[in-house]
Amino acid sequence: MQYSKKFLVNLYQTMVRIRLCEESLVEPILKEEVRCPVHLYCGEEAIATGVCAALSETDYIFGTHRSHGHYLAKGGSLKGLISEIYGKETGCSRGRGGSMHIIEPEKGVMGAAPIVAGTISLALGTALASKIRKEKRVSVSFFGDGATGEGVLYESLNFAALKKLPVLFVCENNFYSTHMPIRECRPNNDIFKIGKSYDILSLKVDGNDVLEVYEAAQKAVEACRNDDGPVFIECVTYRLRGHVGPDDNIHGTHTDIRPEEEIKEWRKKDPVINFEHFLLNNNILEKGDIDEIRKQIEKEIKDAHLFAKNSPYPEKSELKKYIFA
Amino acid sequence: MRQLSFSLAINEALHQMMSSDESVFLIGQGVKSPWYVGNTARGLFEKFGPERVIDTPVSENAITGAAVGAALVGMRPIVVHPRMDFMMYAMDPIVNEAANWHYMFGGRSSVPVVIWGIINRGGEQAAQHSQALHSLFAHIPGLKVVMPSTPYDAKGLMISAIRDDNPVIYIDDRWLYKIEGDVPEQIYSVPIGKGIVRKRGKDVTLVSASYMVVESMKASELLRKEGIDVEVIDLRSIKPIDELLIFESVKKTGRLVIADAGWKTYGMAAEIAAIVAENIFDELKSPIQRVTLPDVPAPASSALEMVYYPNATHIVQAIKKLLSGKEAPWRIKSVS
Repeated sequence: MQYSKKFLVNLYQTMVRIRLCEESLVEPILKEEVRCPVHLYCGEEAIATGVCAALSETDYIFGTHRSHGHYLAKGGSLKGLISEIYGKETGCSRGRGGSMHIIEPEKGVMGAAPIVAGTISLALGTALASKIRKEKRVSVSFFGDGATGEGVLYESLNFAALKKLPVLFVCENNFYSTHMPIRECRPNNDIFKIGKSYDILSLKVDGNDVLEVYEAAQKAVEACRNDDGPVFIECVTYRLRGHVGPDDNIHGTHTDIRPEEEIKEWRKKDPVINFEHFLLNNNILEKGDIDEIRKQIEKEIKDAHLFAKNSPYPEKSELKKYIFA
Repeated sequence: MRQLSFSLAINEALHQMMSSDESVFLIGQGVKSPWYVGNTARGLFEKFGPERVIDTPVSENAITGAAVGAALVGMRPIVVHPRMDFMMYAMDPIVNEAANWHYMFGGRSSVPVVIWGIINRGGEQAAQHSQALHSLFAHIPGLKVVMPSTPYDAKGLMISAIRDDNPVIYIDDRWLYKIEGDVPEQIYSVPIGKGIVRKRGKDVTLVSASYMVVESMKASELLRKEGIDVEVIDLRSIKPIDELLIFESVKKTGRLVIADAGWKTYGMAAEIAAIVAENIFDELKSPIQRVTLPDVPAPASSALEMVYYPNATHIVQAIKKLLSGKEAPWRIKSVS
């Protein structure tokens, strides 16, 4: 596939924005300036970026506890996200949600929430609404490999397939369900085969290759718009950080989950660095361009932190605001 | 006024709301089948077609979630659970998602969904086909819970529930379906959160909702013959609850009996007793009485069903017990 320079640079910028945003949270977490649970998306940037690049602004996405990347890739405000993580009134959920409950309805980020598999059926519903209204909007449900243990995934796949709903089921397979390695959760690691039993297009892609993700998503979105949905895509990836917070969950440490060798191997497949190499090797960008892009995004992120820190906390008197029953 | 049965009053609300608002649709198990939903969905499928009257596979969790999701983008779905027991599969989309959604996203998104659960008990259906689980939902911040007892309210509350911008749990009891009553032909609403005095009285306040209002009215009639004047309050909504209406009545009568078709422990009756004790304890002339299900799963055998479900006789007994008691000890002034 041929891509314009602008498109490729946009992908790169989005991935870098996500990576630098996530890494910028490490210090505030350690200093306890950020106190809510934060699930970093480092290492999985290519999935949110590639999928959202195939969507239009009016399409819908739903996410999980690990959704900063989805939110940013779909156009959510960085200041809104960072402020939310600091628990501020200026946050995208006005300080009521924290890192795990983020939203930007104007950009189609319909909500990310941490009940495993809990938002899958909500994407089914927005797709149903789109079908009833004949709008051709596509709904994307991002979920992890852990969600394949929940029954609602299978109910949703069945109903979506039955009604040919425009849903894109995106499973981010990072091999760990919090602390549990996938071999202890599933009899096999071919998650994409789940989709096949519902007679729908089911794909498995390298979730660390943004172009491969994009091409699969593009195909899926087209199918959904032509009433040939739903589509299931398994994106194989790895989180470079641990389940929650900056802890890397390395064997021998107190969180003792992952072999250090495994993490080293996956660092070689870092989606941001690999795409950077691709852009340099194909003379799409030069080293100077890369530095300039990173510098700009670093500033954007620094400004967002400053904005968040200077923002007010929600008023104590407004504890019950947004309650109706 | 025109008479209509309770179930056809619901049916009329659905017809009128689906005709007047294209965002309204009905989804759930058995919406094409009178076996599941009585005649509440009569003629809907024929009139509005399979796109807006969606009969579903047995997938309560996903289907309820789908209704919630559709509501997030401005549809006004009604998702029906032909037995409340089946709704337990949908606790995640109801409790974790729909109820919390508006608050946890700082008011940036709302969920105008109606989740309709039918209490369908008796007839030796036993434990998993007979439960009245309204108190579970009333416990959750972010859910409104309505429980009509008359055809008028069945229609008016369904219309209010559909128009509400937040999730409403609409609970009805099939024992009410054949009851006839006045139902205006036009679209009208009954306010959510407002109860109504069904019968004025001065001796004791009897609070109930849904089918237990029928038993309460029977009880008040039986007691009238014995010279006991009962004030019957029909809550209509159990969340938000019309506290002021209850307080006004108890201030007048000084006595409170609550009749609920649910279990006793941690239930609706317990909540009403608590808010009265908390706010107007000094007005009480005697302890509060609860008439509820025993804390037992529904039995099958009709011999056991007869002692399981509370009825007018139980209410009469409770009220008599209350009136025959001595003056409440907290009201006896010390003379030393």
